[in-house]
Amino acid sequence: MLQQVIDRRLSGKNKSIGNRERFLHRYRKQIREAVRRAVTGRSIHDIEQGEDITLPRRDVSEPIFGHGSGGTQERVYPGNQEYLRGDQISRPSGGGAGSGAGPGANSQGASEDDFEFRITREEFMQYFFDDLALPHLLRTQLLADVPEWKTHRAGFISEGTPTNLHVVRSMRKALSRRIAMGGDARRHLNRLEQLLSAMLLDTSTPVGEIAALKEEIEALRQRIGQIPFLDPFDLRYRNRVKTPLPTSKAVMFCLMDVSGSMNEARKDMAKRFFILLYLFLMRHYGKTDVIFIRHHTQAAEVSEDEFFHSTESGGTVASSALVLMHQIIQERYASNEWNIYGAQASDGDNWLQDSAKCRTLLVDKLLPVSRYFAYLQVAEESQTLWEEYSQVRAMHPNFAMQKVTDASGIYPVFRELFKKGNPA
Amino acid sequence: MNMSLSSTPAAGPAPVQAAGKERREPLPSPSDWSFELIETYHHEIERMAKRFGLDTYPVQLEVITASQMIDTYASVGMPVNYRHWSFGKQYIASEKSYRRGHMGLAYEVVINSNPCIAYLMEENTMPMQALVIAHACYGHNSFFKGNYLFRMWTDASSIIDYLVYARAYIAECEEHHGLDAVEELLDSCHALMNYGVDRYQRSQKLSLAEEEARRKEREAYLQQQVNDLWRTLPKAAEKQVEKASPRFPADPQENLLYFIEKNAPLLESWQREIIRIVRKIAQYFYPQRQTQVMNEGWATFWHYTLLNAMYDEGLLTDGFMIESLRSHTNVIFQPPLTHPGFRGINPYALGFAMFTDIRRICENPTDEDRQWFPDMAGSDWHETLDHAMRHFRDESFVGQYLSPRLIRDFRLFSILDDATKLQLKVSAIHDESGYRYVREALARQYDLSTNEPNIQVWNVDLRGDRSLTLRHTQHNGRPLNDEVKEVLKHVGRLWGFMVRLESVDRAGKVAKHWEVPATHR
Repeated sequence: MLQQVIDRRLSGKNKSIGNRERFLHRYRKQIREAVRRAVTGRSIHDIEQGEDITLPRRDVSEPIFGHGSGGTQERVYPGNQEYLRGDQISRPSGGGAGSGAGPGANSQGASEDDFEFRITREEFMQYFFDDLALPHLLRTQLLADVPEWKTHRAGFISEGTPTNLHVVRSMRKALSRRIAMGGDARRHLNRLEQLLSAMLLDTSTPVGEIAALKEEIEALRQRIGQIPFLDPFDLRYRNRVKTPLPTSKAVMFCLMDVSGSMNEARKDMAKRFFILLYLFLMRHYGKTDVIFIRHHTQAAEVSEDEFFHSTESGGTVASSALVLMHQIIQERYASNEWNIYGAQASDGDNWLQDSAKCRTLLVDKLLPVSRYFAYLQVAEESQTLWEEYSQVRAMHPNFAMQKVTDASGIYPVFRELFKKGNPA
Repeated sequence: MNMSLSSTPAAGPAPVQAAGKERREPLPSPSDWSFELIETYHHEIERMAKRFGLDTYPVQLEVITASQMIDTYASVGMPVNYRHWSFGKQYIASEKSYRRGHMGLAYEVVINSNPCIAYLMEENTMPMQALVIAHACYGHNSFFKGNYLFRMWTDASSIIDYLVYARAYIAECEEHHGLDAVEELLDSCHALMNYGVDRYQRSQKLSLAEEEARRKEREAYLQQQVNDLWRTLPKAAEKQVEKASPRFPADPQENLLYFIEKNAPLLESWQREIIRIVRKIAQYFYPQRQTQVMNEGWATFWHYTLLNAMYDEGLLTDGFMIESLRSHTNVIFQPPLTHPGFRGINPYALGFAMFTDIRRICENPTDEDRQWFPDMAGSDWHETLDHAMRHFRDESFVGQYLSPRLIRDFRLFSILDDATKLQLKVSAIHDESGYRYVREALARQYDLSTNEPNIQVWNVDLRGDRSLTLRHTQHNGRPLNDEVKEVLKHVGRLWGFMVRLESVDRAGKVAKHWEVPATHR
């Protein structure tokens, strides 16, 4: 009756993926909220991880008709030790006598707490990208796990896919094979044909000999005819091999104004801006360093935690950060060895005479050594810094700037950068 | 439970030919399984099952991984199912508790289909695989084929086809009408799933092709019927209608989903079809919900009996037997009420004990058994067991076969919980005067119709606001729980107009009522 034991282990690993998608879709609001909180709380380096999501049990429950407490009910239990008929027992506190018994009670008994689950790294990044309104093509580019590969031609092989068939090579092979296989027979045939024509001229030849010779010639012709024109053995395919692209090093400078006017919301926006650049660099370089420089009237290199979480007050001299960046490049990151990326975030507020200085610094010192420099203004008003930088934009293709008031405006800053795809 | 390893010959590497004429060389029993071994063991188990006269569907064994097992959990144990977020939730919950080690996975899942599909877990050892084959492929399988409820309500040959159809149809609806619309509808149907079963009618068996053809016909016809029902009648005729039928439906209807599918005024035909799909699947699972004790007990009894018979033939080694018995004892462990692990009565334990006890009564009856079961004592145990398996469900099975001896063994007692009294009362224990009482109380406990609130369609205001009135008839004064309001919203979403629920007490008075206003979409 048994046909065969079927091995299903390799087929359909994620059969429930559609159900999971629907579940996530249903609770997308809560998940998006949790992702938003996580992005604020996480270090830039740890951005690509899953996240625990907690939903109130009430939200995920599926209501059905059921009995509440009250009325009379009778239940049978095993393991009586002391009771006799008619004994009175005081009611156990909480839960009621029926807790844990019967099929329906499990759901209430075990867990009044929240429904917790974990979203994967990919799912987390999808929600993050949703917030930034990233185009889909770009997402896959940013999420790709594997290193980039480049394919090279590498000679010819005898096995391959039809698309890679090399016709000329194959025909050449076939020709030489036909010559090699038919050579002997053809020579022999030539000889016999000459003999035959001689015999036909000589009338004294017996008729039987001529017939025998003709038969032999016919047999040889057939043998030659049986050599295939093209044999699978002849086919040659182009060979392509994949080689991983050489990876290189990049350094990313995060410059942020931390003067009193930068509030938490603006900092959060700036953080997303830095994260996006970081993700891009991660994909394209084997090693990515991140340097955090914050400034008010003076600039300082700080840890990530300090960068995002300490507040300062006072005025703003943006050029101080650019000077420090230049200094660090000269000390540690030689531009012939490192790909240098700069990302500056500010609310645009700057000391009046300083903005022009910023522009000069940028044009003369930084842009020549940087692959890309992006400036993000997280406030609407036009300030001197914005105006000065606008002049830079026209002349330097590796400079980008944008004003944003919400997260979806960040991506356009990088549009040029991502369009190039591969900066190497 | 008495589980002695009877007669233990030293089954060493050299074949022991001396004892018993049937004694054979043991099958190889490494702990790792292989496909050949599974087939060998299956062959022997099948032979043994035939000898005991088990009638089964053909068997299809499939090996799966742990994550596929969780997948199977998530789709209510079926190999295919339509997509819904609640299955995703189930998957996430099972996966989490499995990962954290809170929950072991079932060793097998078996599907009531023809051929009977049984999933074996990759992680199982060879003795476990053999135990599972005996349990699922011959225990459950023969129960599915023999028990009257399954024969009446499920069609093993068409269920997989039907689920394939359901999945495709619902996916198509998602495409046409949007994910959210379908999700909302399914949410509402699931809320009423327990009220989507017929208790007394014979369902129809249809193959996939017939199902498809009939659906088209049905959609056209149904819409026409609904239109007729709600047609504005001329004035003269209206009066007549008023006199003739003061209530619609004339008799209360217990199958809420069926009633809504046929009569809800605003539903579109694809929505009616989805309600029907949910209803059909609910109906398919209805027998399983009513035969948990019997089904598991029967399967456990047979894996125990088959493996022991094979052991007696010398086919199984001692090590093999000890491992499978260890799993067996874990499965039938019944913690007492005071035990921290107590989760109600273990259906495996009770069912196994009852089938074993029936066999004992047939073979070695005591005077007490003769007095309680005069027809059974001394009869052929194969026939008696077969009869019990075929013609009962949990409620009637316990009511018929629970013996005083088992009541003593389990030390069963019943507790009466009256909300109006301060204390609980022990109403019966395992003594002469209590046997019958305990047995009846336990039987009632397995009766679905007392476990679930009795809610029926009572009236539709055909000529007025089209509101639907449901009626809950209280049993033993037990009220409804707090989820009522939420479920009613789902009913309202399906019905499209105002929905009312009245809870009627013993005296026939409406004790409490809820209302959900019309939700026009």
